[in-house]
Amino acid sequence: MTVVVDNGKCIGCGACVVECPLEALDLIDGIAVVDPAKCKDNGSCVEVCPTNALALEKPAQGAGEKEQVPSEGGRKAEFNKDEPLPESIQDYAQDSPRKIVKAEEAKPKDPNGWSGVWVVIEYNHGEIAPVSWELMGEGRKLADELGCELASVVCGNHVDHVITDAFAYGAEKIYVIDDPVLEYYRSEPYAEGITKLVRKYRPEIMLMGATAMGRDVFPAVATKMQTGLTADCTVLGIDPDTKLLLQTRPAFGGNIMATILCKKHRPQMATVRPRVMKMPERIEGRQGQVIREELGIKEEDVLTKVVEFIKADAKSVFLDKAEIIVAVGLGIGSKRNMAIAEELAETMGATIAGTRGAVESGWLSHDHQVGQTGTTVRPKLYIAIGISGAIQHLVGMERSDYIIAINNDPEASIFRVSNYGIVGDLNEVVPAMTAEMKKRLQYGVAN
Amino acid sequence: MHYLICLKQVPDTSEVRIDPQTNTLMREGVPSIINPYDAHALEEAIRLKESFGGKVTIICMGPPQAKEALKKAMSFGADRAILLSDRAFAGSDSLATAYILTVAIQKISETDPVDIVFCGKEAIDGDTAQTGPGIAQRLGFPQLTYVIKIREINQGWITVERKTEGGLEVAKAKLPVLLTAEKELNDLSYASLPNMMKAAAYEPEVWDVKVLPSDLSQMGLKGSPTSVSRIFAPEAKSGGEILDGMKEPAIVAGNVVEKMFQQNMIMVDPLAKGGDDK
Repeated sequence: MTVVVDNGKCIGCGACVVECPLEALDLIDGIAVVDPAKCKDNGSCVEVCPTNALALEKPAQGAGEKEQVPSEGGRKAEFNKDEPLPESIQDYAQDSPRKIVKAEEAKPKDPNGWSGVWVVIEYNHGEIAPVSWELMGEGRKLADELGCELASVVCGNHVDHVITDAFAYGAEKIYVIDDPVLEYYRSEPYAEGITKLVRKYRPEIMLMGATAMGRDVFPAVATKMQTGLTADCTVLGIDPDTKLLLQTRPAFGGNIMATILCKKHRPQMATVRPRVMKMPERIEGRQGQVIREELGIKEEDVLTKVVEFIKADAKSVFLDKAEIIVAVGLGIGSKRNMAIAEELAETMGATIAGTRGAVESGWLSHDHQVGQTGTTVRPKLYIAIGISGAIQHLVGMERSDYIIAINNDPEASIFRVSNYGIVGDLNEVVPAMTAEMKKRLQYGVAN
Repeated sequence: MHYLICLKQVPDTSEVRIDPQTNTLMREGVPSIINPYDAHALEEAIRLKESFGGKVTIICMGPPQAKEALKKAMSFGADRAILLSDRAFAGSDSLATAYILTVAIQKISETDPVDIVFCGKEAIDGDTAQTGPGIAQRLGFPQLTYVIKIREINQGWITVERKTEGGLEVAKAKLPVLLTAEKELNDLSYASLPNMMKAAAYEPEVWDVKVLPSDLSQMGLKGSPTSVSRIFAPEAKSGGEILDGMKEPAIVAGNVVEKMFQQNMIMVDPLAKGGDDK
């Protein structure tokens, strides 16, 4: 007995695939397919199916007579026939009888109206978030595949230098709203301004960094436009057949990856995790078209005010926002040896962190603690110095992009999650790393 | 003051593990919990209620078994809990979810206007952080996301500290407002025995589409612009390389630093490349 799928009803939403605790379901050609070897009739998929397309197979009635052949291809499952589709999804099911979106279906109602890839540049408190430029590089690829234009959106107060930068990073066109109300980022005026541009100039794809700002303003814009938004993507691409944006992101705490589509609504919007896409080359002196629009919002009408901003440096940055972390464990031996780690951190512009043991020894304050009872971090690079790798620590840092560990015990658990593990004396290895790092940063780095 | 918490029941993702043999998810027996960020949002509302008086209402969209999360939440001292549950909600993405929650908040506000809507900054199963801002937008409330501290509520304005990449932002907004909570907002307290007993006997209200006067085309799959086309296991972390740094630490250290640059573990700002020594 396994769960059976009514192919006529399945709309390929994937809800059952996500639900199944046994990974017994998969979407093949847009239809849920059960792997009988894995299915244990747990039935949770049946509960979540919005179209009643799944059922627990009933044992054949009548002894001796085997009516039902164990699930093989070709067998047609039909059930729940008397139970009509929920009203909410009838249209949906009709629209895509076989779930695979044809190119013409994928296009919105007014296919010619939506064109171009836009990258919204994050500019706040005088700083441009580097992810904005990373996305210009990625946006270029998408625009080339679609054969459309790559544009930047720049909002703020006195943003002319940002415009120059955006051209240098490859914008063909820049939409600008330059207004004193946009001096600091606030959700309402920014969302309003960006939406105004979207309604007027109708981009097909919009990208922004998955930062505090991007994840604040994009949901507001998507809600105003009543379109789809995929958060925190790590891979983007264009489907060669449908020309849809393929938005791939981790889910369930990074345990699975999901590719999300926004088939019928425009623009297709995504926020993208910083430091995943490659920084494009900056070419000075590039020019393009600048289109300016008015914001049309008065300060007194904005219901949010920024009172104060306390800028962080590498030392004070919130651990979960840090890009590079140098972390210490009990293996460093004494508070005095913190200097070795601190010098490396200083050289690299890294943030200092530590294990619970290091914090309890009084070498660091609790807000620097990584792990189950501290902060969960996900930097680009995590350098673990003298950390053995207790499970409570590993759960807080194993999602780092790269892990480099230095420990004198070759059996230390930290080496199981590290990309590079150096078995050695940290008092020798770490200063040598600092020296090498200094040398390279001083002379500039060749790609 | 009327505080409203949007709460989600989620699988405890820290308990989800990958089967090393098959490289698939092992989700059997994974417990369901109150989304941790929502728990901090609830805690803050309860504290505000204890200090300034008022009422705490919790809403949760989910299957019937999410009632358990609501009962648990009640034990911390909330006044009312409503489960939004209907088959028509199934398959909702963040846009549709925000719509359903908004309709519920509007219905609640008809008799008991809401002053502060609290959401967790994100749910740990989806990590999208989109539902909170989506609700604020639909309600027409200002939003303050990533809140780590409430400084004051005074004369119809709330002042908070927000966590951003660049630093700490102090911002204020006019009530009614929507906040999303970070874990730093507070330390969770334990439920009191009287509240636990009250919660044990409490039966959350259940609202379906018959109760919620809502547009079916804006919920569930039909109301969701996004759809999942493929789900797959992430690439397994490639087995790390172990280097012997006992004999020649300087050379090994140098090699690792070189790898940091080669593999872009360190992104060097192209502008800084010219040797800007400031």
